[in-house]
Amino acid sequence: MELVKRLLSGDMRAAARLITHIENELPDAREAIRLIYPHTGKAHVIGVTGSPGSGKSTLVDSMITEFRKKDKTVGVICVDPSSPFTGGAILGDRIRMGNHFTDKDVFIRSLATRGALGGLSKATKDAIRILDALGKDVIIVETVGTGQDEVDIVKAAHTVLVLSVPGFGDEIQIMKAGILEIADILVVNKADRDGADKLALELTLMVDLGHEEKADQKWKPLVLKTVATKNIGTPELIETIERHLQYLKSSNLLEINHKKNIEREIIELVNEHLINHLLGIMKEGDFEKLIEKIVEREIDPYSATDEILKKLYSN
Amino acid sequence: MSYERKIRILVAKPGLDGHDRGALVLCHAFRDAGMEVIYTGILQTPEQIVETALQEDVDVVALSLLNGAHMTLFPRVRQLLIERNAEDTIVCGGGIIPEHHKPELIRQGITGLYGPGTLLDVIINHVVERVKKERWKIA
Ligand SMILES: Nc1nc2c(ncn2[C@@H]2O[C@H](COP(=O)(O)OP(=O)(O)O)[C@@H](O)[C@H]2O)c(=O)[nH]1
Ligand SMILES: [Mg+2]
Repeated sequence: MELVKRLLSGDMRAAARLITHIENELPDAREAIRLIYPHTGKAHVIGVTGSPGSGKSTLVDSMITEFRKKDKTVGVICVDPSSPFTGGAILGDRIRMGNHFTDKDVFIRSLATRGALGGLSKATKDAIRILDALGKDVIIVETVGTGQDEVDIVKAAHTVLVLSVPGFGDEIQIMKAGILEIADILVVNKADRDGADKLALELTLMVDLGHEEKADQKWKPLVLKTVATKNIGTPELIETIERHLQYLKSSNLLEINHKKNIEREIIELVNEHLINHLLGIMKEGDFEKLIEKIVEREIDPYSATDEILKKLYSN
Repeated sequence: MSYERKIRILVAKPGLDGHDRGALVLCHAFRDAGMEVIYTGILQTPEQIVETALQEDVDVVALSLLNGAHMTLFPRVRQLLIERNAEDTIVCGGGIIPEHHKPELIRQGITGLYGPGTLLDVIINHVVERVKKERWKIA
């Protein structure tokens, strides 16, 4: 496949086009993934999440600068929500990353969620694979943090950063949403504002409390302060991110997590396939009649399910 | 396999033209028309705009400019796209463009060229028509 050949030789245009094919579920998208898959698994994938306006894109910009100083090539995927009403989206994360637009070792791509829940778009996982195969050393994924459902990022990233800012009640949000559990590093951004120290302290206390219950885990989420607009704290952040990767490698968690994620992905894919298959069967079968029978209390839902399953297995 | 095809459009303001409102209004209009709009803010060079268009693999680059530099900056963007083998990327422009400048811009493939106050529907229709015809090859 021509596009894949170009991708593997480092052609950014091919990467851009392949991501479009994946987003649009074009027929050759799957074949492309099959061909590039052996060339993936090299990049360090970093997730960045937090509430809107917390400074994720600005921090990503600052992180790119740091990684580039270390001569690392960088891929960035920014996921923003699609409007549930029109299906359209405004993807504005790049505004903060203008410094890197013409750096050929930086590739930035914006994706709309296109109805997917969980903070990632359906295409995100494969887009990561494409940038991985393109040869990017580091892939940063910025994802919409809505409080409840950004947890999908843990399935796609090795290292997860959760941002909070002083004065937004973020600590409550973080506690409620169980974000603490997904964070490898807690970033207190906008540390130039009042209340940053207090927030950092509160987060540290929360981490300590949570960590006592998980004594088997050697990585204790770290709390770091940054001023993303001024690159303050970013060098330390990058250092910590790299230390986390070392930890994952030395503790074998990299492999364990990877296997877990693959298992999850396969189950999801099979699930999706089965559901579609089942919906097909139900549409062509006497599903309506079956519902009617249940309504009339001629049969119960369990027996009806058995009937449907019988059809599913006989196909 | 069924899928809903999306129009991806880059809205950019090249040059040192500080007014941002018009571009933002356009962004919202395109989004409300169901498009995915990449917005890069002001102060973009043609090189930055083209690099973004390629990485984002957009169907359309919509340039907005009020400072009169359209005869240099619009063609420059178009030229760079052609140099990068992306001549199939649609370029539309808008701003305060004198009538006598329009034929030359259109000759170079830069269309639209609507002025302030143009109905948003007119602009959206123009973009959709060009995408259908040139990118999706449906009349
Ligand atoms: N004072 C201050 N403002 C910041 C900092 N980081 C980001 N901002 C500002 O916060 C706003 C939102 O930033 P953005 O990166 O778009 O947030 P996102 O929605 O989380 O991606 C912008 O106006 C930034 O300039 C910071 O460390 N200090
Ligand atoms: Mg952002």
